[in-house]
Amino acid sequence: MTHPTELPPKSELGVVGWARKNLFSTWYNALLTLVVSYLVISSAIPLFKWLFLEATFTGETASDCSGEGACWLFISQRLNFFIYGFYPDTLQWRIDIMFGLLALAFVPQFIERFPGRKWFGLFGVTGLPIIGYILIPGGWFGLEEVPSNKWGGLMLTLILAYVGILAALPIGTVLALGRRSEMPIIRGICVVFIEVWRAVPLITVLFMASVMLPLFLPEGVSFEKLMRALIGITLWQSAYMAEVVRGGLQAIPRGQYEAASALGLGYWRKMGLIVLPQALTLVIPGIVNTFISLFKDTTLVLIIGLFDILGAVQSTVTDPAWQNVAIEGYVFVAFCFWIFCFGMSRYSQNLERKLDTGHRT
Amino acid sequence: MTEMTNQKTAEQPKEPVQTTATDKPFIRVEGMHKWYGKFHVLKDLNLNVGQGERIVICGPSGSGKSTFIRCINRLEEHQKGKIIVDDVELTDDLRQIDTVRREVGMVFQHFNLFPHLTVLENCCLAPIWVRKTPRREAEATAMEYLERVRIPEQALKFPGQLSGGQQQRVAIARALCMKPKVMLFDEPTSALDPEMIKEVLDVMVELAESGMTMICVTHEMGFAKTVADRVIFMDAGEIVEVAPPHEFFDNPKEARTQQFLQQILH
Repeated sequence: MTHPTELPPKSELGVVGWARKNLFSTWYNALLTLVVSYLVISSAIPLFKWLFLEATFTGETASDCSGEGACWLFISQRLNFFIYGFYPDTLQWRIDIMFGLLALAFVPQFIERFPGRKWFGLFGVTGLPIIGYILIPGGWFGLEEVPSNKWGGLMLTLILAYVGILAALPIGTVLALGRRSEMPIIRGICVVFIEVWRAVPLITVLFMASVMLPLFLPEGVSFEKLMRALIGITLWQSAYMAEVVRGGLQAIPRGQYEAASALGLGYWRKMGLIVLPQALTLVIPGIVNTFISLFKDTTLVLIIGLFDILGAVQSTVTDPAWQNVAIEGYVFVAFCFWIFCFGMSRYSQNLERKLDTGHRT
Repeated sequence: MTEMTNQKTAEQPKEPVQTTATDKPFIRVEGMHKWYGKFHVLKDLNLNVGQGERIVICGPSGSGKSTFIRCINRLEEHQKGKIIVDDVELTDDLRQIDTVRREVGMVFQHFNLFPHLTVLENCCLAPIWVRKTPRREAEATAMEYLERVRIPEQALKFPGQLSGGQQQRVAIARALCMKPKVMLFDEPTSALDPEMIKEVLDVMVELAESGMTMICVTHEMGFAKTVADRVIFMDAGEIVEVAPPHEFFDNPKEARTQQFLQQILH
């Protein structure tokens, strides 16, 4: 005997059904729903007012701000400084090109069916850094040189994070492989490196890089402060990355190594073709977690006198020409960070879904 | 389990496969010993395997039979004695190990397919990267072998989408794609559901009929009777008895063999 296909009862369907089931199923659930809704709405309205309705968007000087809502005028007036730091106005097109290329490389990664998006991504990790290395500091091909102490704002934040992320993953992977190596010397070196760098706070690393390192270097040898900070951040981050990757390596069953060996694959092919693709896929959440925390940790370069976006904002909110704009400044910084971190997070989820090939053997 | 084996035995065809074995030993194991720490796993093993010969190794669990065949492609290291495969001795020399592994295919109990690659990619990987076969040619060969194991239609699927029996057949095809001179089977049907054992055994019987040199660790006595040129019985790390299947099953000489056969056949 067959039953005709029936729709579920009406009370289970639609918004009303959902609300009845989840929000108003019992009298205390209904009460809780009402109380919480009141709290959310009563705090959201003033926030919305402050952010948009009563906020000032146009004008020239601090006196144009009404004083009730947010003074976004402050952000728009100083935006140039927040993005480029002290980078000369006439040369900012170089940075704009880099922003454009960055977007070109990574925006397609979010669009599932973008033709050839792999190649854009590949450009992002190969061509882009090379072009940046030539274009941003200048001094090549007749480009006017801009010393790194003029760099700042969002652009500096992105440079620090980008170089850190790009270099830390391969170095970390090599360290993780080294730590699992059967050769005692290589293993020893990797263990010491990881344990030393991971046990030191980033602030200490940055201090060492900017204050102590020059004392140890032979006379005449000097790195720019930014370069030293970059090296410090990269090595510090590699140690973290190594442990994340090692977690993935440990999750790969021994049978995978054996099957690869039995087919005659040597160490590097076995790792490169069989083990790492699986291990890295497994630890994507951990890797992106590390990337995101690095991205935010770059704000610490403030203490060695580099003006990243937070530093740039912080130095302007104390400007006597602008009163009481600290909240606007920090909201703006938080928003900038959120955009990039959220983007990374979404991308990683996308990647995880794509690389999931069903059950593991 | 005993019952199952029994049942299987009854299903298998009884007439033995024609042997194509030659006299020249392809694999020589001479006075081989292995220890895990202080534990003496393999004791003074001696065995010559001729080209085209089919050997079945059986014995109780823990007798060292898996360890033994894993020594033949150096997944395990032996500490004393010699193993020579196709005139190449297995030593610490990585190049010699790789040379041997290229000629020796292996099928594992748990398939060990690469889950991040499709069936076809699983089969092509080693020919392309180790043998440097052009991709197109490797894919054609892979399809040929997938057809032989009767699953060409699954070529573009991932291993996780296949049943155990299908996965094991892919594993056999993957090993064959390297055109090995000898195939090692390490309990290929032990991890399979009963209804899938036959499809894998059928492929193995076909392979035996084609003249492939095979060493199989298995509990499938029906397979041993049909296919094996010699059956080896191992216990406690020693080779206890080596005999052609009819002798081995009908008239075992050693008391330990008799006891083992009694346990698995009744």
